[in-house]
Amino acid sequence: MGKFLARRMLNYVVLVFIATSFAYVLAATHLDPRAYFEQMQPPPSPEAVNDQLDSLNLNDETPIAERYATWMSGVLTGDFGRNIQGGDVASQMWMKAGVTLRLITVATLLGSAVGIAVGAYAAVRQYRGFDKAATAASFVVLSIPTVVIAIVVQVIASSVNDGLGTQLLRYSGEYSAGFDGTWWELLLNRLHHAMLPTFVLAVALFAAFARYQRNMMLDVLGADFVRTAMAKGLTRRQALFKHALRTALIPTITYFTFTFGALVAGATFTEKIYGWHGMGAWLIDSIFRHDVHVVAAVSWFMAITIMAASFLSDLLYAWLDPRVRV
Amino acid sequence: MSTIEESRAPAPVPAAPPAPSRLRDLGRRLIGTRRVVVGLLLLVLLAAVAFLGPLVSPWEPGERDFSAMLEGPTTEHWAGTNRTGQDIFTQATAGLRKSLLIGLLVAVFSTGFAALVGAFAGYVGGVTDRGLMWTADLALVLPNFVILAILSTHFAGDGGWLVLVVLLAAFSWMVTSKMVRGLTISLREREYIHAARFMGVPAHTIVLRHILPNMSSLLIADATIMVSGAIIGETALSYFGLGVQSPDISLGMVIAAGSAFATTAPWVFAFPTLLLIVMVLAVNMVGDGLRDALDPQSTSRRP
Repeated sequence: MGKFLARRMLNYVVLVFIATSFAYVLAATHLDPRAYFEQMQPPPSPEAVNDQLDSLNLNDETPIAERYATWMSGVLTGDFGRNIQGGDVASQMWMKAGVTLRLITVATLLGSAVGIAVGAYAAVRQYRGFDKAATAASFVVLSIPTVVIAIVVQVIASSVNDGLGTQLLRYSGEYSAGFDGTWWELLLNRLHHAMLPTFVLAVALFAAFARYQRNMMLDVLGADFVRTAMAKGLTRRQALFKHALRTALIPTITYFTFTFGALVAGATFTEKIYGWHGMGAWLIDSIFRHDVHVVAAVSWFMAITIMAASFLSDLLYAWLDPRVRV
Repeated sequence: MSTIEESRAPAPVPAAPPAPSRLRDLGRRLIGTRRVVVGLLLLVLLAAVAFLGPLVSPWEPGERDFSAMLEGPTTEHWAGTNRTGQDIFTQATAGLRKSLLIGLLVAVFSTGFAALVGAFAGYVGGVTDRGLMWTADLALVLPNFVILAILSTHFAGDGGWLVLVVLLAAFSWMVTSKMVRGLTISLREREYIHAARFMGVPAHTIVLRHILPNMSSLLIADATIMVSGAIIGETALSYFGLGVQSPDISLGMVIAAGSAFATTAPWVFAFPTLLLIVMVLAVNMVGDGLRDALDPQSTSRRP
């Protein structure tokens, strides 16, 4: 099992390296930092622009290979270069990464856990009311883009607030600016703000998982080994939990890896719409600012998150499926 | 072979029952699946709205009516106008047409590509297999949203939306190709494939003539699901102004422009969003129903 995981890990490191390099080269050749400086008022002299670009390693007159070598040697020592305003990318990144990770982690855990539970239960109660309601709900949710869900939830929240005349539902920012209080009041304030964006992210994930888990569970429920488990004296509940659910979880784990990329992209919209200053919102802003190093750093972060999710699913896979461990 | 055919040719055809036609059988099953019928009806209706809407409407997609800005639905503007006086009905239906086209093209391109890559990887095996599947893994890891966003400057101009179609397709073939590869590996050991190989049929002919037709039903169902995926992807990009670029218009652009007025002038947002949701829902219904109808194992599962 150690060998299996080590091999996967090596594969992931190579993939992250390639993905980040690709994103950097693409950003460096297609974004136009020169235009950013030339647009400034008053217009700087061409020499001044060149100096600025050179000092930031963004000059498009330097060969791309040279710029890439300079940038990559920095990245290997943990230095992601400077953003177009001259700030250090790495230190900003850790702050923004925290925001995104808080959002993604909670939403992933919540969405996948509830989705798996609902899907598995729906399969056990096939064709009953619960199953029909769950299937229909996940079908409809899967047909609505995350962007639309986010906006609609925001509209509903604002009309609820208007109707009640209080700020029952917070839908902007990660915390109230200038809010001061004891640590638990601050925490409560953050939780209050996190409720809606987390819900938006989790609901799409919930739908995907409920649907998938239901199908997987149905495949397993009629299997011989479940009948054998009950025949040897386990109760139906024990047989379903220890044998059926465990087996049905294995393909779902693989599926998790595929959905995680979509979740990270979905987090981008949620952050932007709900005014969270995380990686996704940063990415969108920096593309419009022609900020090459930030784009590359966010790509690196996204690749790392997806890899971490894949590695986690490999671990779970190895734990659930004894055949991998040999 | 030829001797048998010659001896049979002059004999009168016996009055045997006609061989069960796969297509007719499939048609019957599809008609029997309510979701497919409802989904298809909705799609036909939406296609009619998308192609006739801009013709029926008295306004042009980009045209501005300066006497009616941000006005609710009236007899003149059936779904109201936006802040600059553009007719929402015309905008949304013209956008719907483009979104439908994008969805269909992406599905055709990516499913075709996925089928070829998966089938060759599975059939040829060895280094080719490992190389192709590693490429698929890499494409899964590449930050596709970032890449599409960076390249969005190329979506402007004549035929720029076709670039978007190609890029969307380039990032949606991977999972299908892995599935096709798995199926190909199990098909490869069938007798008729062995027979073809021993007769000296080249690999590409075997893949195209024997392997891919055998999983055509699965590919069709998968392509349908991909239509909705592409439409959702385009909407998401357009929300940030990174999708289809003006003067082309897509449903995503109309929704993005309307989202700022979602509370103050709901019609600007609601009508295009409703069109989008109904379209994706209809496509998903057809795809889901197709998958059930085509997969003999799953028919027992669902009502």
